[in-house]
Formats: sequence, structure tokens, C-alpha cells
Amino acid sequence: MSTAVATAGTAGGSILSVQVAAMAARSVVRLLRQPAAIIPSVIFPLFLLGVNVGGLNSATQIPGFPTDSYITFALGFTFIQAAIFSTMNAGQGLAQDIENGFFSRLLLTPMRPTALMAGQLAGLVLLGQFQALLYLAVGLAAGADFAAGVGGYFVLAALVSIISVGFGGIGLIMAIRTGSGEAVQGMFPLMFVLLFFSSMAMPRDLIEQDWYRTIATINPISYLIEAIRSLMITGWDPEALALGFGIAIVLAIASISLAAASLKGRMLK
Amino acid sequence: MIRPYFSSAWAVAWRYLHNLYTKPAVFIPSLLFPLFFLAAFAGGLSVVGKAPGFGYYDFTAFQFCFVLIQASTLAGVFAGFSIAADFEQGMGRRMMLATIHRSSIVVGFAIGAASRLLLTWVVVTGVALLGGMSVAGSGINLAGMFSLALLGNIAALLFSAGIALRFRSLQAGPLMQMPVFIILFLAPVYVPQNLLTGWIEPAASVNPVTALLNAARSLMAGEPTGLLAAYGVAAGMILVMAVWAIKGLRSAETAG
Repeated sequence: MSTAVATAGTAGGSILSVQVAAMAARSVVRLLRQPAAIIPSVIFPLFLLGVNVGGLNSATQIPGFPTDSYITFALGFTFIQAAIFSTMNAGQGLAQDIENGFFSRLLLTPMRPTALMAGQLAGLVLLGQFQALLYLAVGLAAGADFAAGVGGYFVLAALVSIISVGFGGIGLIMAIRTGSGEAVQGMFPLMFVLLFFSSMAMPRDLIEQDWYRTIATINPISYLIEAIRSLMITGWDPEALALGFGIAIVLAIASISLAAASLKGRMLK
Repeated sequence: MIRPYFSSAWAVAWRYLHNLYTKPAVFIPSLLFPLFFLAAFAGGLSVVGKAPGFGYYDFTAFQFCFVLIQASTLAGVFAGFSIAADFEQGMGRRMMLATIHRSSIVVGFAIGAASRLLLTWVVVTGVALLGGMSVAGSGINLAGMFSLALLGNIAALLFSAGIALRFRSLQAGPLMQMPVFIILFLAPVYVPQNLLTGWIEPAASVNPVTALLNAARSLMAGEPTGLLAAYGVAAGMILVMAVWAIKGLRSAETAG
């Protein structure tokens, strides 16, 4: 990587892209070398999907349930859960760099903050794409519908990428501000709460408890799940997709901006 | 002989409880966790109680039984974390030097883990009652239900202690937590066993937690069934896990 950065230093106009590529390559290689970090984030969402589908399949017989296949309904939640795991992966990677001094050494190089963050997130986007493909394949093999067809897959891939960047940005903020992998891991329960108090297991209009429905309605996670779910159940639902993409883009912009501001603050210290 | 043994065990239990209740950052999450599950399941999934064939008298009570078993077993696991932390920091070795019978260390943690349950039970039951849960079982039925949760707690503590004493590091935390978490969710969590479909149906039928959960739910409903199987399974789990924990203790002794 140092060779790439040095080369970048003499390459003139393409410095940023070379730096991003170098950091991205490092991020991807590091991810691939840590199966212990990847495997739980891939397997655990599938396990929970299996448990929910086996346990809640009878819910499809409730009047008003949008599909007769619970796996079709539940598959969308799996993608979001995986994206939340990616928050931890991104934050953990950067926190590790801060803890072991690699981050300080990077600051002595001409590396730009943008390249550092983009590189950290590249591995996550790659993992997100792998997960999207795997979960869709498992879901389809288990009998799920994908009403949007082949075109829908590309929309799904795009949405998953933006969501991964958004949640990855949250992990980066935590890592930069605390410099502690333990603190990043400590965020997991909070993210899990956000996930559970959404429309993950039931459509919002079928949630009986008013307080729960209110929380699920103001919880942005619900709209991310519902956008993916719409591709599975209805095909092309402009409202659900617009809400999903809108929230994902706002989340990505906000988290990356905050991470960048935090990074500048840390570099000044 | 018995008196010094239990004196050591009580000292370990007291120290465990003292450390627990003087560290809110450790204690509060373990108290909030079951409340979160109770709220998420009983609040978000209550419509599932109207699915054809569900047949249980109250959905909140149905979920409460799962949360009770879950909170009790996880309390055992959290005590396992404390054992691992003690050995990681060197306290475990000092405790082994200070006790005549080292199994009193595990017994002490078991007493501590069971004692912490009281507050968890009071809080979770209180919140469930405030949330509108109705109780159909009699006092004796409820005592039976809580006793099953206690047995689950002891089995989980012994399992976690076995791991903690072998690894003597908090890094073994996922090895204690994940298997318990998985086995809990392979039981009939959301619906009665007869409504499970797919691969989880056979998994639940051979899962020992299913027997505990079904019996606890029957006691809560005031129509006890499967009690013999539930107590038998609990006793079996405790026996196997006690051997596992004792062998872990021997491993810790060998390691010095």
C-alpha cells in the first residue's frame, strides 16, 4: 500500500483515486483474511431468517397479511440485519487501526481523509453485494418470490450498497470518536433495538399495539425493510422505493459527513 | 466440612453480587435485555395470537414464558462471563488457592446467578403485568414455572462455567452466549409447537428447551402438562453440565 501511495504522490491528478484504490484493496484483503468477522455477519441473519420463517409462517393466514409466503415477507429484513452487522465491521476495522497505531502512521503520509474513509467502506460494499446475492439465492431456493424480476436485483444491489455505506459510516463515526473497538461493539445492542422495533416481523398495519406501531412508523429502519420487501412482494412500488432510497441516501450522506468531520477533528489532535 | 465449603461458596456469591450491583454498566443491560424482548415480541407480534390454531389464552403470557426462560438462562451465561473475567484478571487463581474444595467456587457463582434472578423476575413480571398480561395459573403453578426457569439458569451457568474455566478469558464470551442463544431460538418462540413449519419443527422437537418452555406455558395457563418430561430434561441437563463444569475446573487446576 505504501508503494501505491508513493506512486500516487508522483502521479499528479489521479492521487485521490489511487489512494482510494489502495485503501479499498487493503480493506477488502483485510476483510477476506478475517473469516471470523465475516462468517457471523453472513450466517446469523440467515439463522434468524430460518427461525422467523419456521415460527411465523402461520402469520400469513392472518387476514390482511400481504403474501402467503412468510419467507418472501421476511427476506427483506435479512438484508438490513446484515447491513447493521457491517456497521460493526467498518467501525471495528478503523478502531483496530487507531488502537494499533496504523492510523497515526497513515496521518504522516499524504493520504487524504476522503480516501481513508472511502477505502474503509469499499470492503463493506463488496461484502454487502456478496450478502445480497447469497440471501436472494437462499431465499429463492427456499421458495421466496421476487416479484420485481431481474431488473429488481440491480435496484436491490444499489439500495444495499447505499445502506451499507450509511451504516458503515455510523461505525466509522464511533471508531473515530472513541478509538475503541469495544465501544464500537457496545453499539450493537442499540442497533439491534432499532431493528426489532420496526416492521421487521409484521406489516405496520397489522401491528395491534398503538405504541409499537408508532415507534415502527417513526423508525427509519421500517422504510428500508419495506423498500426491499416491496421488490419481493409487489414488484415495483414507487412510494416504498422512493422512501427507502431517500432514507438510505440521507443516512449515507449524514453519516459520512459526520465521520469526515470527526476525522478532521481527530487529525488535528 | 460442609460449613467451610458453603462459607467459601457464600463468599464467592456475595462478591459476585457485590460486583454486579455496583457496576450499573454491567447489570442494567442484562436487566433491559429481557424487557426489550418482551416488548418487541409481545408488542409487535400480538396479532400472531389470532392465527388459526394458536389456542393459547393470552399472547403476552405466551411470550412472557419465553422471556422468563431466556432471561434466566442468560443470567447463568452472564455469571459465566464473570468467572472468565476473574480468571483473566488473576482473581480466579487466588480463589482456587483460598478454598478447600474448589468446586465451591462454581457453587458460589451458581448461588450468585440464582440470586440475581430474583430482581430480574420481579422487574420482568412487573412490566408484563403492567402491560396487561393475564395470569391463569394458580400460585403453585407459578411456583412450578419459576422453578423450571431456575433449573434452566443452573444448567446455563454450569455450561458457561465449563467454557470459562477451560479458556479463562473473556474472549470465550461468544462461545458461552451463542450456543445458548441459538438453542433458545430453536424452541417454539413465537407460536405453539404444533404451528411450527419447516426445518425448525424437527429441531424444536429434539430441543431440550422446548420441554421447559412448553411446561412453563402450560403452568402459566393453569393446565399443567409435560411436567415430568420438563423436570427430567432439566435434571439431565444439570447433571451433564455439572460434569462439564467439574472437568473445566480440573482443566483450570492443571493450568495453574
